[in-house]
Amino acid sequence: MTAPRAFLPWLIAVPVAIGSIGLLFQLLGGLVPSFFFAWGYYFEVLIAGLLQGVMYSLVALGFVLIFKASSIFNFAQGSMALFAALTMVGFMEMGVWWPFAFIISAGVMVLVAVVIERVVLRPLVNQDHIILFMATIGIFYILDGLGQMLWGSDVKVLDIGIPRDPMFALGAIFEGGILINQYDFVAALTGGVLVAVLAVFFQYTRTGRALRAVADDHQAALSVGIPLKTIWVIVWSVAGIVALVAGIIWGGKAGVQFSLALIALKALPVLILGGFTSIPGAIIGGLIIGAGEQVAEVFLGHFVGGAIQDWFAYMLALVFLVFRPQGLFGERIIERV
Amino acid sequence: MSETRDRIGDTLLAVENVSLAFGGVRALSEVSFEIREHEILAIIGPNGAGKSSMLNVINGFYHPQDGAITYKGNKRKQMRPHHAAATGIARTFQNIALFKGMSTLDNIMTGRLLKMHRNFLWQALYWGPALREEMEHREAAERIIDFLEIQSIRKTPVGRLPYGLQKRVELGRALAAEPDLLLLDEPMAGMNVEEKEDMCRFILDVSDEFGTTIALIEHDMGVVMDISDRVIVLDYGRKIADGTPDEVRGNPAVIDAYLGVSH
Ligand SMILES: Nc1ncnc2c1ncn2[C@@H]1O[C@H](COP(=O)(O)OP(=O)(O)OP(=O)(O)O)[C@@H](O)[C@H]1O
Ligand SMILES: [Mg+2]
Repeated sequence: MTAPRAFLPWLIAVPVAIGSIGLLFQLLGGLVPSFFFAWGYYFEVLIAGLLQGVMYSLVALGFVLIFKASSIFNFAQGSMALFAALTMVGFMEMGVWWPFAFIISAGVMVLVAVVIERVVLRPLVNQDHIILFMATIGIFYILDGLGQMLWGSDVKVLDIGIPRDPMFALGAIFEGGILINQYDFVAALTGGVLVAVLAVFFQYTRTGRALRAVADDHQAALSVGIPLKTIWVIVWSVAGIVALVAGIIWGGKAGVQFSLALIALKALPVLILGGFTSIPGAIIGGLIIGAGEQVAEVFLGHFVGGAIQDWFAYMLALVFLVFRPQGLFGERIIERV
Repeated sequence: MSETRDRIGDTLLAVENVSLAFGGVRALSEVSFEIREHEILAIIGPNGAGKSSMLNVINGFYHPQDGAITYKGNKRKQMRPHHAAATGIARTFQNIALFKGMSTLDNIMTGRLLKMHRNFLWQALYWGPALREEMEHREAAERIIDFLEIQSIRKTPVGRLPYGLQKRVELGRALAAEPDLLLLDEPMAGMNVEEKEDMCRFILDVSDEFGTTIALIEHDMGVVMDISDRVIVLDYGRKIADGTPDEVRGNPAVIDAYLGVSH
């Protein structure tokens, strides 16, 4: 895990980056008549982007957990989110109060983890990464099919009562205040709390230490008696619950439907940015992409005909692949001869 | 010579007719030997003789095709790593296997994982009994750090330590489990004379102070003759000698095995 000290440069770099992009836009606004810029508006867009980014972080986090503990790129992460959200909606439609539906769905995700370990991971232990990756593609289709079989394939509405009206904040600083989407705000807060809980769990508990040990060196972990299989079940369970939370939040916004399974594609650039093995990396990568694509779309969109949001993340990822392939926090890739 | 000799007791672990092959490569062929309580047993032999494979069989990393292992009176065809650790077998590796991202202290604490029992809800709160337990284990870890004289690198991520110190931390992590049987795969490889002397002293101290049974692989004959009570020699996966250092040194088969290889 990256030491807290690694965050210090960010405390300086982030405000500087935000400030200079703002200044650049202000300059552009002076030069190009069709370019609209106001600081209040800029921050509004930025915050909306960051809130969106927390969701990207959440999805990426599920990937990182599994990748760290078992070096598997879990293609099924998105379908886990879909399956979890479908299960949640399914129980709510039966009249179960949402907190109970949540607990039941979390239980179902733990069960899914147990089955995956037993049926997929255990027989394939010590196989090449590519084989395990293919196996997760299999899991993707099975979960997708199972979800539709159990709960049907219509688009479902998931509403757990998060307020959706916009609210205004910081009226004292910016004229008219900043418009913040309450749903995004609550969602980001939830995501933030989940990440904090996980961080404490990993840093301070015996199980957390065992997980870090497995992520660091399999052989050594086995030799001190860490049961790898139990650890895999725990990691996949945690990833499943993270997927559940992500699924609820995304599904609550756009309906629970197949496209949810494809949020995995949005997580990929986040992982390239943050590094596949870094939890802080997943979080910061998600925030950068969320904020970046929103700001780019709103301020630069009409110069290039819009739809920047569709490709911005991949562009940024491409730049990183060329100049910093290990990502912001990933371990440096050194080939030993 | 170690003073443990007069303390040597019954058989702790017996290997019987163990054979292990990787595809066409026979790493071990019908190897049998015993490790007795409190002794320091050296396993020697030319490169590729099957020494590391033998340790891997004992702690369950490799599963032999034939033979049996009797440990603490329980006979089984193969060990499992988790079971081996839980029943008191700890080890170090030929190519150091530490948790490189963690500090020295954390690495040693990880060696105590099996000794910690509080359930994770308590741990998550990091309070009450769990905190008390954590503190007890911290103290045990600190005693090992003092014992191995590595106080100054307590907080250093081990990936940044020089090779010799990494080997010492790895020994510390194995000791943290308070093992009954300690397996050391080339604990002194790549060390300078001074570091080797320190490591010898630690190994002898572990044997004397804790009565730990030790099986170690070593290439340096001087070291082997100095610290071991008994030596077994492997060559091409077969055991070719078994006895005191002096007996083994004079054994013609051993001399042949070493002269026969031109590494
Ligand atoms: N995991 C493995 N897969 C395939 N072959 C292996 C494996 N482990 C060991 N071997 C083979 O088994 C034989 C014995 O290897 P082993 O590592 O036990 O030797 P060693 O006595 O420890 O040698 P060294 O002194 O070089 O460490 C060698 O031929 C080696 O190539
Ligand atoms: Mg070896």
